[in-house]
This record gives sequence, structure tokens and C-alpha cells, in this order.
Amino acid sequence: MDLGYWLPLFFAGAMGLALLIYVILDGYDLGIGMLLPFASDDEKDVMVAAIGPFWDANETWIVLGVGILLIAFPQAHSIVLTSLYLPVTLMLMGLILRGVAFDFRVKAGDKHKAKWNRLFAFGSLVASLCQGWMLGAFVTGLTGDATSTLFAALIALALPALYIMLGAAWLLIKTEGELFNKAVRWGRMAVLPMGGFLLLISIATPLVSSAIADKWFTLPNAIGLMPIPIATALAYAGLIWVFNSKQILHNGYGWLAFVALMVMCVLASIGLAYSLFPDIVLGRISIWEAASATESLLFTFWGAIIALPMILAYTIFIYRVFRGKAMHLSYE
Amino acid sequence: MPVEFDPFLLARLQFAANISFHILFPTITIGLCWVLFYFRLRYTFSGDKAWEYAYFFWVKIFALSFALGVVSGITMSFQFGTNWPGFMERAGNIAGPLLGYEVLTAFFLEASFLGIMLFGKDRVSNRTHLIATALVAVGTSFSAFWILSLNSWMQTPTGYRIEDGVFFVESWWEVIFNPSFPYRFAHMFTASLLTAAFLIMGISAWRAMRGVDGPATWKVMRTGALMAAVLAPLQVFIGDLHGLNTLEHQPAKIAAMEGIWETEKGAPLTLFGFPDEEEKTTHMAIKVPKLASFILTHEWDGEVLGLNEFEGEAPPVAPVFWAFRVMVGIGMLMVLVGWWSAWRLFRNRDENRDTQTWLLRALSVMTFSGWVAVLAGWYVTEIGRQPWIVDGLLRTSEVVADHSSATVAGTLFGYVLLYLFLLVSYIATLRYMATKPARSLTLTPQQRAMNDAETAEGGA
Ligand code: HDD
Ligand code: HEM
Ligand code: HEM
Repeated sequence: MDLGYWLPLFFAGAMGLALLIYVILDGYDLGIGMLLPFASDDEKDVMVAAIGPFWDANETWIVLGVGILLIAFPQAHSIVLTSLYLPVTLMLMGLILRGVAFDFRVKAGDKHKAKWNRLFAFGSLVASLCQGWMLGAFVTGLTGDATSTLFAALIALALPALYIMLGAAWLLIKTEGELFNKAVRWGRMAVLPMGGFLLLISIATPLVSSAIADKWFTLPNAIGLMPIPIATALAYAGLIWVFNSKQILHNGYGWLAFVALMVMCVLASIGLAYSLFPDIVLGRISIWEAASATESLLFTFWGAIIALPMILAYTIFIYRVFRGKAMHLSYE
Repeated sequence: MPVEFDPFLLARLQFAANISFHILFPTITIGLCWVLFYFRLRYTFSGDKAWEYAYFFWVKIFALSFALGVVSGITMSFQFGTNWPGFMERAGNIAGPLLGYEVLTAFFLEASFLGIMLFGKDRVSNRTHLIATALVAVGTSFSAFWILSLNSWMQTPTGYRIEDGVFFVESWWEVIFNPSFPYRFAHMFTASLLTAAFLIMGISAWRAMRGVDGPATWKVMRTGALMAAVLAPLQVFIGDLHGLNTLEHQPAKIAAMEGIWETEKGAPLTLFGFPDEEEKTTHMAIKVPKLASFILTHEWDGEVLGLNEFEGEAPPVAPVFWAFRVMVGIGMLMVLVGWWSAWRLFRNRDENRDTQTWLLRALSVMTFSGWVAVLAGWYVTEIGRQPWIVDGLLRTSEVVADHSSATVAGTLFGYVLLYLFLLVSYIATLRYMATKPARSLTLTPQQRAMNDAETAEGGA
């Protein structure tokens, strides 16, 4: 077997998977962060409790994603991170504010709580916008010209919409009563803008990048690819349905909304992977050109093969321990 | 006239600011986590509520420190790409896997089980909770293991070969267990435990002075005193060994630490002075004859290489020289204070703020002394490696990113403001938490009598 061929492929897949998991998991807690200002003070505590035991591990997935980029594709790592210097820096500052506000808000004393709540929401918003920006710039090959900037701006707005949906859907799983009803309303409000953005992006992507357009709109590929947009549309319809059906919501099937969103994220990432492959930076460098030495990849490969299943196992364990509705968080 | 800063200098300053901020929190958490585990164990075995209350109080501080460590750590993982792209391109084959193992074996472990450690007490059995606490502690120690292995490799590279300027691995064993790694790991690990020891003693002392202390407060203080009394002298010893190792592999760093300008036999030890690089001398130096040679070579007339041997490849002298003195100074102080507090606190278990006034004052002044020593120590290590990023093989100036100085200056300014704000908030929050009356006050004899009386009435 040709390791020089397969190992970069494995790591590209692992990186994609890590970033996908990141978007879904940190997506819901960033979304809840952005929704925080719209809740009452008591509800804010419950919302934070709904993400309390998870957010730290959720955030670690981006460290893994960027870590793999750095470990397996050092050449691409420096191209990507030097071109995205500003949005990366702003995103990091957003994540910093979000992460620490989470802890300070309950410990710094009641008179500062409102300030930390605001910083929590602000940090979540900044991080989400910047991640959208980075994704947009990345999809267009980091060229930095006018159209791709416009496109980046578009995605910068779309990603927070997705995160808010994820947040609302997570609250359907984790809360009850008045807050649950609020989450339903938030979901209903955000679902259309999110769909609009999704549509716009689907139209804009092939327009901005001819390389991507070629991959999607030449026969016979176009036919083979049809299931992706169709399934996405179905999942989206399902999402709207869940949020509007009293029966589903009040019989405890609210988690279906989260599943629908997960399906959409998975499909989107398959589409994205197909658009980029085999490049790691579109039109500039392929995954094999960017890869590190095979012996280094092999060394990390063994670690990853052993560690990743363990990580998944205890992640599931943690979610099981904290299943059920969220209560007020307490250390005792 | 607008001042044009050198983007290279700015990139270094930015990296230094970020890592200096980051290291403050892991330093606390690596040590504190083991202390918390100890509190939990004591409670499990003795059933003494005081240990449980101690755990609850300190786990909150741990959580806060951990959060700060995590978010600043995420910044670090991007910093290699944003500021030193050349480093990853040239040394990525070595640095990448080490960082990767840190993510895979440490970060997920600690971040995941942290949830159970902090919020899971009612949802899992006591044993699972104890295990979760231990796993978080193991995770933080693994973190330190991998990242220090990388840093040590940058100081004393072994196990590699270079082709066209790119590093390749010859032997992973030699890369990971490179010559300075065991010393650096032992020294940093002990530093973390010491930092935690002085933090818990300092805050407990402060609570005692405020009169909001309970029995648990004093138990915590004694734990810290015991740790300090044992570990501080050990740290001096490890530090000495570490220095000898550095002499073998990075003599230029040692020359800068000691301010030795010319190679000489029977070199004197400079206690204080003002190094001057223009004139290549140390002004107003207070020297002890032959002592440097004795400490470094264990012979009164041993030869010590001076900075003159490393023309163009020597680190800046003054910051290394000063930082070293700060670290060693605090190390000595820690030994004294550690012994003093152990003696005062264990002799007759005198838990009275009026008879322990001076000790309590000293301890609360020393609360963050670990931070100062750790920062100083790292400055010695990192500035002392200059102008190299991988010692003797790759220059820092070869790997820097070419951002405009305005960009880097702008983001640097942003980071520094943010960090100052967070640091002030952190310390203010610790103070605030320390002013609340200890829960273990309910365990004092008077209180217990009252509680018993109440239950007796209610139950009867
Ligand atoms: C609580 C913290 C603390 C204390 C009390 C000391 N140190 Fe230290 N020292 C560190 C914390 C530290 C550190 C921050 O952890 C460093 C930086 C890198 C490292 O591995 O450890 C360090 C580095 C460091 C180095 C640099 C090694 C190199 O870069 O190659 C030397 C020679 C010493 N130490 C020696 C000492 C001596 C002789 C001490 C005795 C008083 C001492 N340290 C106390
Ligand atoms: C263990 C992990 C660490 C790694 C891998 C690491 C790596 C680096 C790198 C890549 C640089 C930039 C190049 C250079 O200027 O030499 C650097 C510089 C620096 N680091 Fe570290 N570092 C680590 C830990 C630390 C810590 C904990 C501190 C401080 C508390 C620190 C303080 C500095 C300083 C002050 C510089 C600037 C030195 C100068 O440019 O003069 N480092 N380090
Ligand atoms: C340039 C070097 C460094 C990088 C790139 C880095 C990266 C990171 C990252 C990404 C995290 C967050 C992990 C999470 O998501 O849970 C983190 C946390 C942590 N780091 Fe670092 N780090 C560096 C230096 C250091 C050093 C020098 C030490 C200690 C010796 C250290 C010890 C830790 C520990 C114990 C944590 C856990 C969080 C905490 O305890 O606060 N790191 N680091």
C-alpha cells in the first residue's frame, strides 16, 4: 500500500471530520451565546447550564482541526493562517471573551453579572462572524479580490444564522416551560433567514469559483450529485416542520430539529469536500503537495487510531451522564 | 513622524505576550488539579466535611483558571501559523506530531472530564467523580509533557536529520526524550506544584486575616505549607541540575545568565550588577570569587566559557541575567517561607490569626510569587536561546511571517488590552471569592453545637 498516498488522504478526512464536529457542537453553544440577550435573567442561567459541561470539549474540536492542518499539512497551514491573520485574530479574541465570560459571570459577584453576560453574547457573535468569514475566504481560494470578499461577507452572516438554529434546537432538547417556548419562537424566526442564506450561498459558490462550477455542472457528475441538494432541501423542510408542529414539539420529539440540522451540516460538508478535493487550498496546493513527511504522518497516525475512538467513547459517556433537561448549574 | 516598528520584533513581542499570558494558568492548573485530587481523597477516606468544603471552594478557582488557560491556549495553537509560518514549514515534521499527541492524549481528556469534575457530582458515583478528577489531573500533566518535549527539543535538538533545510525525524525516542527534557519537565512540574502551594496558602492566609476562615481554610494552608517545605528545596536542587545540563548544551545561555564576558578559569559569581553589552562588562558588580566555576563545574578552578566565544550568536545579556536573578531569588525565598510556615503551622496547630499575624501577612504577599518565578524562568530559557529558534540550527529571523507592522502592532495592542482586562478581572474575582465566609465555619464547635440543638428541637 502506498502510504504517501493514503496517509494525507486519511488526515484530510480526519480534519474535515473534526471541523464538521466542531461546527455542530460548538455551533450550538455559540448559538446559545448569541441568543442570551433575548432571555430573562433566570433563563440565562438555564441556558448556560445547558452548555456548561460541554463547551470546553466542544471547543477542543477546532484545536484538533487546526492541529491536523498543522501536523499533516504544514505548508497549507502557513498559507491559510497567514492569509486569514485578521479574522483568525478577531475570532480568537471572541472565543476568549466567550470562554472566560462563562466562568466569570457566576463567580465575579452579582453586580458584574450583566457585564459578563453581554461579553458572553458579544464574544459568541464575533467568533461566529469571523468563522463564517474564514470559511468564505477559504472556499474562494484565499484570493482576497472583490468578489471573494463579498462572498466571505455573505458566509460571515450565514454561519451565525446556522449557529442560532443549532442553539435553538439544542434548547428544545435541554429545556422546558417558558424557555422552551421561547426557543421555538427563536427557531421559527431564524429558520427562514438561514434558508435564504443557504440558497444564496449555493448559487454564489459556483459563480465565484469556476473550478467549483465545473465540478458540479458537468455531466454526468451533475446527475450523480443531485441527491445532495435534494436531501438538503428535504432536511430543511423537515426542520421547518418540526418547529411548527405542536404535536412533535410537545411530545418530546424536539430533538428531531437538531437531527435535521446535523444532516444538513453533514451534507454541506460532503459538498464542500467534493468541491475542494484534491486541493487543500483551492487552486493552489493539493493535499499531497502540502503533506508532511510520511514517517511523521505515520507516527501521528498510530496515535490518532488509538486516541480518536477513545475520545469519541468518552464524549458519548459525558453526553450520557448529562442527558436530560438542564438545571441550574452548581459545583456542589 | 510615524514610528516604523520592526515587524519581526513585533511578531516576537506578540508571541511572547500570548505565551506569557497562557503559561500563567496552566502553571496553576497543573499543580492545583493534583491538590484537588488530594482533597477529594482525604474526604473519601476520612469523611471529614472540611476536606469536601475545601474541594468545593478550590474547584471554583480551578475552573476559572482552567477556562483562562483553555482560551489562551487556543490562541497559542494558531500563533505558530500566524506568526512563525516558517517554523512549521521547516520543523513541522517534528513539531507537528508532538503537538498532535498533546491534542489527542491531553486536551480532550481534560476538557471532557472537566465537565464531570465540575458539575457531575450528583450524577455519577463518588468513585467515578474521583476518577474524573484524576483524569483531568493526568490530562494537564500530559499537556505539559508534550509541549515541554517540543520546547526542549527546540533547546537541545537530537534525533533529526536535515534535507534542503527541512527537518526529518531519525528517532522519535531521541526527539521526545531529548537531553534537556527530563530536567525541564521535572523543573516545570515542580514549579506548578509550588505555584499552586503558594496560591492556596496565600488566599487562605488572606481569608484568615479577614476573619472569614473556617477549619478547612487552615487545613488547606497546612497542605500548602507541607508542599512548599518539601518542594521548594527540591526545586532549587532540580534547578541546579537543569543549569548544569544547560551548560553542557547551551553554554552561551549560561554565559548570559551569569554575565560572564570572557572565558576564564576560576570565574567569580556575580550576585548583582548591570550588564552593559556595548562595553562588554557588568557595572557595579558584586562578585564572589571562583564561585561560578565551582557551581557550574564543581571545581574551584574550572573553566567557564564567556560571551566572547559566541560573537553574533549570543543572546541579549541583561534580560537573561536579570530574569535569572528574579527566579533564583524567589526560589530561595520560597524555601525560607516554606520552612517557616511548616514550622509555625504544624508545631501546635495554632489556628489563630492574632498569634500568626506575621506569617499570614508574608503568605498573602507571596500569593502570586510562583507566577513571577515561572515567567522569569521562561524568559531565561527563551530569550537565552536567541538568536536561534531551534538551537544552533534555525534562526528565528528566518521563520517570521511578513505581515505589515501596522497589522501586527494593531493586533498586539488588542491582545495586550484584552489580557490586562482579564488579568485584573481574574485577580479581582479571586479576591471577591475569598471574602465570602468559609462554609466550613459551620464545622466549628460552636456552630456545630447550635446545629445539633436545632436538629434536636426539630426532630424531637
Ligand atoms: C516556581 C517556579 C521556579 C522556581 C522557584 C525556580 N525555577 Fe528555574 N525555572 C522555572 C521555574 C522556577 C520554569 C519557569 O519552570 C523554567 C523555565 C523553563 C523550564 O523548564 O523551567 C525555569 C528555568 C530554569 C533554568 C533555565 C534552563 C534552560 O533554559 O536551559 C535554570 C538554569 C533554572 N531554572 C534554575 C533554577 C534554580 C537554580 C532555582 C533555584 C533557586 C530555580 N530555577 C527556581
Ligand atoms: C513549551 C512551549 C513553548 C514553545 C514551543 C515556545 C516556542 C517559542 C517560539 C516559537 C518563539 C518564537 C521565536 C523566538 O523568538 O525565539 C518563542 C519565543 C519566546 N517565548 Fe517561547 N515557547 C514556549 C514556552 C514559553 C513560555 C511558557 C514563555 C513565557 C512565560 C515563553 C516566552 C517566550 C519569549 C519571551 C519569547 C521571545 C524571545 C525573544 O524573541 O527574544 N515561551 N518561544
Ligand atoms: C506554544 C506553546 C503552546 C501551545 C500551542 C499550547 C496550546 C494549548 C491549547 C490549544 C490549549 C487548550 C486545550 C483545550 O482546548 O482544552 C492549552 C491548554 C493547556 N496548556 Fe498549553 N500551549 C502551549 C504552551 C503550554 C505550556 C508551556 C504548558 C505547560 C507547561 C502548557 C500546558 C497547558 C495545560 C495544562 C492546558 C490545559 C488548560 C489549563 O490547564 O489551563 N501549555 N494549551
